[in-house]
Amino acid sequence: MKVLFSGAIDCDLHLPLPGMATLMPYVDAFWREQFVTRRIDRMDFALTSFPAQTPLGMREDWRDVRASETPLDKLRREALTPFGTRIAIASILHGAVALYNDDMAAVLCSAVNDHMARDWLDHEPRLRGSILVVAQSAEHAVREIERVAADKRFVQVLMLVMGDTLPGKRQLWPIYRACEKHGLSLALHAGSAYRHAPTGSGWPSYYVEDYVAQSTAFENAIVSFLAEGVFNACPNLKLVCLESGFTWLPTLLWRLNKEWRGVRQEAPWLDRMPAEVLRERVRLSLQPVDAPPDGAMLKRVLAHIDCDDMLLFSSDYPHAQFKGLEILPDGLPDNLIRKIMIENPIASYPRLQAEFAAAQETGHERATS
Amino acid sequence: MNAPLLDVKASQTLSFVDCDIHPVQRSLADLFPYMGARWIEHAKSIGPHIRQGLSSMQAHPRMMAAGQRADAYPERGGPPGSDLALMQRQHLDPAGVEIGMLVSLSKGGMEERNTDYARALSHAVNDWQIEDWVRKEPRLRAGVVVPQDDPDFAAQEIRARAGDPSFRQVILSPRSIEPLGRKRYWPIYEAAQECDLPLGLHPAANGAHPSTGSGWPTFYMQEHYAFGTNMHGNLVSMVFEGVFERFPRLKVALIESGFTWIPAMCWRMDRHWERMRHEVPHLKRPPSEYVREHFWFATQPMEEPENPVHLPEIIDWIGWDRLMFSTDYPHWDYDDPRYCIKFAMTDAQRSQLFGDNARALYRL
Amino acid sequence: MTKHVVASADELQPGQRKLVNAGGREIAVFNIAGEMFALANRCPHGGGPLIEGYVTGLALSSRPGEYRLARENEFLRCPYHGWEFELRTGQSYCDPKSVRARQFSVHVEHGEELAKGPYAADRFEVAREKDYVVVEV
Repeated sequence: MKVLFSGAIDCDLHLPLPGMATLMPYVDAFWREQFVTRRIDRMDFALTSFPAQTPLGMREDWRDVRASETPLDKLRREALTPFGTRIAIASILHGAVALYNDDMAAVLCSAVNDHMARDWLDHEPRLRGSILVVAQSAEHAVREIERVAADKRFVQVLMLVMGDTLPGKRQLWPIYRACEKHGLSLALHAGSAYRHAPTGSGWPSYYVEDYVAQSTAFENAIVSFLAEGVFNACPNLKLVCLESGFTWLPTLLWRLNKEWRGVRQEAPWLDRMPAEVLRERVRLSLQPVDAPPDGAMLKRVLAHIDCDDMLLFSSDYPHAQFKGLEILPDGLPDNLIRKIMIENPIASYPRLQAEFAAAQETGHERATS
Repeated sequence: MNAPLLDVKASQTLSFVDCDIHPVQRSLADLFPYMGARWIEHAKSIGPHIRQGLSSMQAHPRMMAAGQRADAYPERGGPPGSDLALMQRQHLDPAGVEIGMLVSLSKGGMEERNTDYARALSHAVNDWQIEDWVRKEPRLRAGVVVPQDDPDFAAQEIRARAGDPSFRQVILSPRSIEPLGRKRYWPIYEAAQECDLPLGLHPAANGAHPSTGSGWPTFYMQEHYAFGTNMHGNLVSMVFEGVFERFPRLKVALIESGFTWIPAMCWRMDRHWERMRHEVPHLKRPPSEYVREHFWFATQPMEEPENPVHLPEIIDWIGWDRLMFSTDYPHWDYDDPRYCIKFAMTDAQRSQLFGDNARALYRL
Repeated sequence: MTKHVVASADELQPGQRKLVNAGGREIAVFNIAGEMFALANRCPHGGGPLIEGYVTGLALSSRPGEYRLARENEFLRCPYHGWEFELRTGQSYCDPKSVRARQFSVHVEHGEELAKGPYAADRFEVAREKDYVVVEV
């Protein structure tokens, strides 16, 4: 169904992959020289997980480029205006994060983040940013977070769900502590750096299998976050799963509760029912919905999840997840739609929360003065 | 969860088909009568060669009693699952097992890197299941254990065993070198279909790849969770590779990987197949239809939703004709048929779950 | 409530346990450092025989990576799924409000006291000069 009111907060919207020519102004002389002489400046840094040419990678009607239109105008026309979007949290899924050279990856991530701020956020007040980091190097990632965090338009730190290690591993905790310190949420986005085969039985033949496997990667990532104790160590951190699907959640909640009762001694810092912790701390974007055949069944799935706080409105623009303006699945109750579109996103991003609180105060002052 | 136990008296007289029982050798020597001198010598002087850092224990040590029911250790020694009398006394008799499907995970060569040794182990384990178990206990049925990454031998072993009606399925490890839909495994499926034997996929401890797409988990609780997600990958692979277009009579039982994930996985596959179908033109129908037709699911470990009625809702979506009760004896997450079902069923559903479905699949 | 004499006290010395039958029920009796505990021999979760469980303490932690064992010998871990029950109350550690292992009152009584009756002793004669484990069902 369509969005019936304005003010939505779109939590997963993708900006076009910037070419190296766009990023070059944001790197220093050393790396510019390297990129030119190694002909890296001719590379496109497209992730294997997100080939734009596939039917899933970009919606057919969003492929056409009008000569008269800037990329920002196109984004406004296709992704912001039609859904009455008040705020859109943008990300750039740049292939820098798949490089093995941490130093080069970090330079490119910084360039991507600067490009996001200068070339997008500066020009469109509805956009918010994601800080892309090299997840395999906590040192680089933390340095980048510290560098960018002062810009309050960045509201989350972005990593791929499948990287060098499961994301709960303790060597990555400095990243999460930095997120928490700066009021940033931690977003895991679908995608793999392909450090490991996407399934425990190796490499599937087809792209569509890899894509389907993303949801299992999110399950294992959440289990990792929980088991390692990230939620204990970072009591205010929200984990946001982007382009994850969510209809698989009930099994995760049930299995973890069962697991905990039986083997909690292995990780005794888990001192509460896991489902309770996940309902408080994990958020998932709406698209792709991976919905059952009818709305009544979706209602049952939501009853199984048994928590109205977890879903965050998203378009997943420009990926082809829905047709026309039918961005909401059938079966969502009205009160939940409002929560998903506005209240949940605000509650999931401390920086949005602060912004809205400030806006309210200003509005209040204006009303009383 | 936490619902009061149902009236036990009604279910105590239950007689059921148990789709997951693990027989284990007291030691490798139990297999020597079924191995030639060359491989006995190899076993003694070289031993197993597998793809993990510890040769005779798990690198994710289990929690409860090495992953076993703490009460399943035989008094005369040997590992749980190695003593038929104890299995009878502790499980087959009191739980009311009418037919028990053996899933022999131990030492069958599924993980062995030396393929010639793996062949010898597979062959020996299959003989051993018949001689040491099925002949002694007529309630039990065997499964042809094959090293999945040696498909030519696996197909040969399946054909060699198919004439013995004690073998009711083919046991494969989902921790294969490649996802099980890949064409290298098709000779196995050709033989299984030809012999009218379903495949039984059961999680195995070791494989060729980390158990998640992001590497190895730290804790056993994560590894245990990944038993399920590994199975997702193999189901997806078998469907998308077109295994069931090529082998339309092939049937697959997923054992010990839960079942509540099936509907959501089907919705997800269908949805993304809709857009990506040009990539897999060999699929003639939505993925969920292949699942509905070709897959069966053993119930253990039974999910325990906070609200127990959520479980039958999910079974409605899967189909009551596709679930088969299993206990996983003697492992720690054993489901006792007398106590583990905490929701109401009709008599018809009960009899499907506890036997009819398994009887139909395995032609028992 | 009927008093059942289920064992002589020397069969249940500290550290020992015994599966007994009282009034048609299987009851797991534990002597933990001189204190007696009696629980129905069936885990309220999955039916596991509690007599085969581990008598142990509680795994606790104040932060990830820190481990300690507290309250040793106060908990019983079911031999199947590892659910933990407090011996003193029967309460499940993870679900204290909703799950409880059925408990029975148990104590040691001198034969002379017992002789005043009434009591049930299915399996042996009660001698006046000995101590006995008594479960009330």
